[in-house]
Amino acid sequence: MENRTILEIKNMRKSFDGIEVLKCISLTVHEGEVISIIGPSGSGKSTILRCATMLETMDGGSLMYEGNTAASDESGSIVYADKKTLKKIQGYFGLVFQSFNLFPHYSVLKNITEPVVLSGKAGKEEAKERALTLLERLGLKDKANAYPASLSGGQNQRVSIARALAMQPEILFFDEPTSALDPELTGEVLKVIKALAAEHMTMVIVTHEMKFAREVSDRIIFMENGVIHSQGTPEELFNSDDERLKAFIGKLEA
Amino acid sequence: MSVEIFLLTLLFSLPLGLLVAFGRMSKKKILSAVVKFYIAIMRGTPLMLQLIVVYFAPYYIFGLNLSGFRVPAIIIAFSVNYAAYFAEIYRGGIEAIPKGQYEAAQVLGYNKAQTFFRIIFPQVIKIITPSVTNETITLVKDTSLAFVLAQAEMFTIAKQIAAKEASVGPLMVAGVFYFVFNYVVAFVMERIEKKLDYY
Ligand SMILES: Nc1ncnc2c1ncn2[C@@H]1O[C@H](COP(=O)(O)OP(=O)(O)O)[C@@H](O)[C@H]1O
Ligand SMILES: [Mg+2]
Repeated sequence: MENRTILEIKNMRKSFDGIEVLKCISLTVHEGEVISIIGPSGSGKSTILRCATMLETMDGGSLMYEGNTAASDESGSIVYADKKTLKKIQGYFGLVFQSFNLFPHYSVLKNITEPVVLSGKAGKEEAKERALTLLERLGLKDKANAYPASLSGGQNQRVSIARALAMQPEILFFDEPTSALDPELTGEVLKVIKALAAEHMTMVIVTHEMKFAREVSDRIIFMENGVIHSQGTPEELFNSDDERLKAFIGKLEA
Repeated sequence: MSVEIFLLTLLFSLPLGLLVAFGRMSKKKILSAVVKFYIAIMRGTPLMLQLIVVYFAPYYIFGLNLSGFRVPAIIIAFSVNYAAYFAEIYRGGIEAIPKGQYEAAQVLGYNKAQTFFRIIFPQVIKIITPSVTNETITLVKDTSLAFVLAQAEMFTIAKQIAAKEASVGPLMVAGVFYFVFNYVVAFVMERIEKKLDYY
């Protein structure tokens, strides 16, 4: 069974100040797939997500969402689609940041509803209903009128997941969603992501939580020095003989 | 007169300062260099000197008699000066907003104007209110500089009365006036700060 292709990255390259931090990254994500990206710090994991979500412009390769070309190589230089196409493509994906990046001057409710209303995805009433349903599901029903500063890190991250989900993206990216949290708060966030995986939400998750990655992923990608060093099912990767992979996983599990 | 200078200067210099701040932070090197120079002049020379230039230069340099435009000239000089100070305050506030706020807004589909006016600027206002209060209090006191320019301004009148009655009483009255004026300003700004303290 081959599901619809949501995201297709081909030969993505990115340099910062002349140093190539992504070298020829290719990645295809199908509907309902959960992919984890692991690898040492500085290997380029965030940069992949930032290029895929157009927070960074890539230097080479192509980026496509549901058959719509966002960027492609044309005779050696990268060309991005016109504004209208990019705006449409912007609606296909969501991103959950390590540091939440909630809007501190908005209530939890407004954090979730305003983007939905501004993007024209729903009217005020429907956006509010959506937000309250999501908050209830994520166990934050009583926090609708609270401000982010009054919530714990775990609650903030769940709000930011609700904010991304309210936009009803086709694919959701997570960049180390639990790395800024106290250890006792990571569980509540991982639980939410696991529940989304059970509902077959298409997700790409950068994480250092090996046990979680193993449980939740259909496929795991191991990054090193700007290249995909290896990839496969959790079983394949966790039982691999590859020295570097073994060393990396061993270090985190120890 | 003081009140008029005060209010009009605030009215003009607060928005102007924001524009100046944008110029100062512009990626266009020439624009940002020119604006930086303007700010340096405004902050590096006494306001009194700037007022004298605006007040007398048209007459001494060009032989123009602009006596009817003295009040507008003073208000322009005040506004252009205070815009420079406010610009640096805005800049500090804008630079204090984490990059992640812009990135979250972008990923959620906010355009540039929506990002600035809905996400960034409200947070900037909260950050800069104490500095704006300080500047506003200074402005109240600076309005007395108009005195040297023979404005029909509080101290001037007070001095005339004082000379006539050979008493320091009126000067005391003027002092009390400025103190009360600033007290009211500080009070209003404190209320605004409290209002902004909802998150
Ligand atoms: N904006 C930037 N400017 C310069 N170098 C950057 C920038 N962002 C990332 N890098 C560099 O790119 C490399 C990959 O970074 P990143 O993708 O954040 O790694 P990871 O998320 O795997 O830890 C690192 O060496 C980092 O220093
Ligand atoms: Mg990272």
